[in-house]
Amino acid sequence: MTHNSSNPHPRVSLRNISKRFPGVLANDQVNLDISPGEIHALLGENGAGKSTLMKMIYGVMMPDEGRIAWDGLPVEIKEPAAARKLGIGMVFQHFSLFETLTVAENIALCLDAHEARDMTALSARIRDVSLKYSMALEPDRLVHTLSIGERQRVEIVRCLIQDIRLLILDEPTSVLTPQEVEGLFATLRQLAAEGCSILFISHKLNEVKALCHNATILRGGRVTGQCVPGNETAQGIARMMVGDDTPVTATHERTRGGEEYLKICNLSLTSRDPFGTSLKDINLGVRAGEIVGIAGVAGNGQEELLAALSGETLETHREAIRLPHGYIAHMYPGERRNEGLAFVPEERLGRGAVPDMSLEENGLLTAAGAGLVKNGWVNWRKTREFAEQIVSQFNVKCAGIHAPAKSLSGGNLQKFIMGREILQTPTLLIASHPTWGVDIGAAVAIHKELIKLRNSGAAILLVSEDLDELFEITDRICALCHGRLSPVADTASVSLQQVGSWMAGHFDVDEDVQGG
Amino acid sequence: MLVNVERRAQGSRTMAYMSPVLAMVLTLFTGALLFWIQEQNPLQGLYTFFILPVADLYGLSELGVKAAPILLCAAGLAVCFRANVWNIGAEGQLLMGALFGSWVALQFLESTSGWAMPLVLLSGALGGMCWAAIPAILKNHFNTNEILTTIMLNYVALNLLLFGVHGPLKDPDGFNFPESALFSEATTLPVLIEGYRLHLGALLALLAVVAVWVVLSRTFIGFQIRVLGMDSSAAHYAGFREKKLVLLVLLFCGAMAGLAGVSEVTGPIGQLVPTVSPGYGYSAIIVAFLGRLHPVGIVLASLLMALVYMGSEMGQIQMGLPLALGGLFQGVLLFYLLACDFLIMYRIRWQGFASNVATNEA
Repeated sequence: MTHNSSNPHPRVSLRNISKRFPGVLANDQVNLDISPGEIHALLGENGAGKSTLMKMIYGVMMPDEGRIAWDGLPVEIKEPAAARKLGIGMVFQHFSLFETLTVAENIALCLDAHEARDMTALSARIRDVSLKYSMALEPDRLVHTLSIGERQRVEIVRCLIQDIRLLILDEPTSVLTPQEVEGLFATLRQLAAEGCSILFISHKLNEVKALCHNATILRGGRVTGQCVPGNETAQGIARMMVGDDTPVTATHERTRGGEEYLKICNLSLTSRDPFGTSLKDINLGVRAGEIVGIAGVAGNGQEELLAALSGETLETHREAIRLPHGYIAHMYPGERRNEGLAFVPEERLGRGAVPDMSLEENGLLTAAGAGLVKNGWVNWRKTREFAEQIVSQFNVKCAGIHAPAKSLSGGNLQKFIMGREILQTPTLLIASHPTWGVDIGAAVAIHKELIKLRNSGAAILLVSEDLDELFEITDRICALCHGRLSPVADTASVSLQQVGSWMAGHFDVDEDVQGG
Repeated sequence: MLVNVERRAQGSRTMAYMSPVLAMVLTLFTGALLFWIQEQNPLQGLYTFFILPVADLYGLSELGVKAAPILLCAAGLAVCFRANVWNIGAEGQLLMGALFGSWVALQFLESTSGWAMPLVLLSGALGGMCWAAIPAILKNHFNTNEILTTIMLNYVALNLLLFGVHGPLKDPDGFNFPESALFSEATTLPVLIEGYRLHLGALLALLAVVAVWVVLSRTFIGFQIRVLGMDSSAAHYAGFREKKLVLLVLLFCGAMAGLAGVSEVTGPIGQLVPTVSPGYGYSAIIVAFLGRLHPVGIVLASLLMALVYMGSEMGQIQMGLPLALGGLFQGVLLFYLLACDFLIMYRIRWQGFASNVATNEA
């Protein structure tokens, strides 16, 4: 399918690209063509070689074998600057922004000196671009005050502000609300219509079906299929991605739970960050044996709420958070763990796990109370056994428990962290974005474990931006907007639109909803 | 020849151990060059510096004498550095230990009590702890940078010591020399081997290193210290109390440095003098890093650093070289070490035969 016939050559054409790392063949004879104006999906599980392929197009690394042609002419893209010169822009999954600089300063950093010098003109240009593609951005805001979704906009605008001819997006929708995803897609379609090629990396198949003209599927570094996503079922594409032996979906029955276990009562918290979100009068109960989901766009108070629940922020008003056997709002995280709390944070590396420590040691991180420490001495034998149990029971793919946490893929590390928390048999699990950036197989496995934990009688509170996930596994659902919590409804009886409008702040807190 | 620098996928373990060795070799070369520039025979210079001092048993025992205070300080510093607490103040903590210990020792001039010595050692450790508590409290409650506060407190400590030795602690019968009275037998550290100066402090230092190793690798508090140093947000998430840990590591380091100080004045020196330390607390920083914050490495590195001190003295005596050459050697060593550490995370490839070089990674 060509969308722009003025140039007979594809915008970019990869031929027999191979790339080796010590011990792995990350890309094996990969071929890929993208026409001008085409939105092309690159699909594959984590570790399939998508990132490597993109990095070679963007000049972060060079292929060991194979050729790249740009508009029909052979090119060697030796560094990102060369890629940018050709008109290639890339939005990484993990943003490369300096948090202490403003939006405009961050964008100026990747421009030529003469463009970057006039900051007022640049700010105006940023406003123009963000307006044209309807991506609201304030050039003078400091990046550390932006939500993940807003940071992504900075990354995209940073690409658009240059003369862009191929835009590469790595898992761009994993951080957006349905409405925001629609907005992003509108932007991308507008760009494609203007002749820009787009390489869209994702594993959300419905989005790929909705947006992309063509798809290339990678598995184990090789191209295993090419298709027009519109003509395939999501199931069929998923099969091509994971092979035949992995489950790609699961359905879970819903429960109503038992006794109320966690009670959040009039929790108000002023954020210490001047650009953070203050919590206003949050009331929420979570019963034993049910999963309650909190939807919402990042930056609407999720971090603050989670910090208050985990104990990383202490609440002086101790009645605000209650368990059946007492108030916990004034307790330190360690004391809350002793009360049966477990917590899966949003950031896996650098919070949920220490990057340079082995899995063995990372198992000990939160599990000291589970008999691994006696009189201040670490029982390393038990710690090893605990880590081995996590790895085998949760199917964590790793080089062994002595492998450093940073050597694991995102999905495997998340399975490890999830396993560490679940194996401590918590009575209350609070999980934040449990499957963010995790591949299908791992996500299904994580959901299964959450349901199993629920069925064993634990109360689970899930904070996620992924509405599909929330609708799949939660029993009751609500949304957080501007630090206020919407009414809570049974997931089975509430519509996606209703939750979407709660996420946008359209609710009255006193509104009475059944099952709440 | 074109040279290409590449980031390694994973830090190289081999390079982590080889880097100090490489740094030492480069330092020797630089040293040889220095001697040559000074119109000395490079080989003879190196021999005088690094072999002559330990050519006999007495020299070897003196090596232990010099290494003991460095090792004590380095053991404390290693714990701090593991926790990412950049304590540069071991020197000041050492001096305060010497000052406190001397003051207590002077109260026992006439005593023969067996309790005097432990009490003196304890007060020395306490002196160092008090001094280390100041930056800890400042950091925990006012968010000050411990690098600055500990460095500044080094100079304050030195001036307090000078005040003591020129004032209240000066020997009334000392012909107005800035020295305290000689300590009594009861408050002098016993020597380990008759006829040599090697004293109990060396044994204490080795014990401290073993203790540090056990605490860091076997106890939960040691684990917490390591997590805090490697990833403070993970430490918060896990519920480790950062302020407590910061206070703890600084107090421990203060105690070790204080012990080093009091061992010097009650050991080889035998009285309080203005020049208790030729910068042992600073050398210990180099030792901690040269030894990779690892117990065995620190012991070896402290011996090397002691050798440099002895070598510079020997160079002055034998060849008339300036004493400052020792400090220069220390500086050069640290410089090369930091440079070589680059190779842990990066590798150098010579283009042309690129494909084979990269494969021999550890």
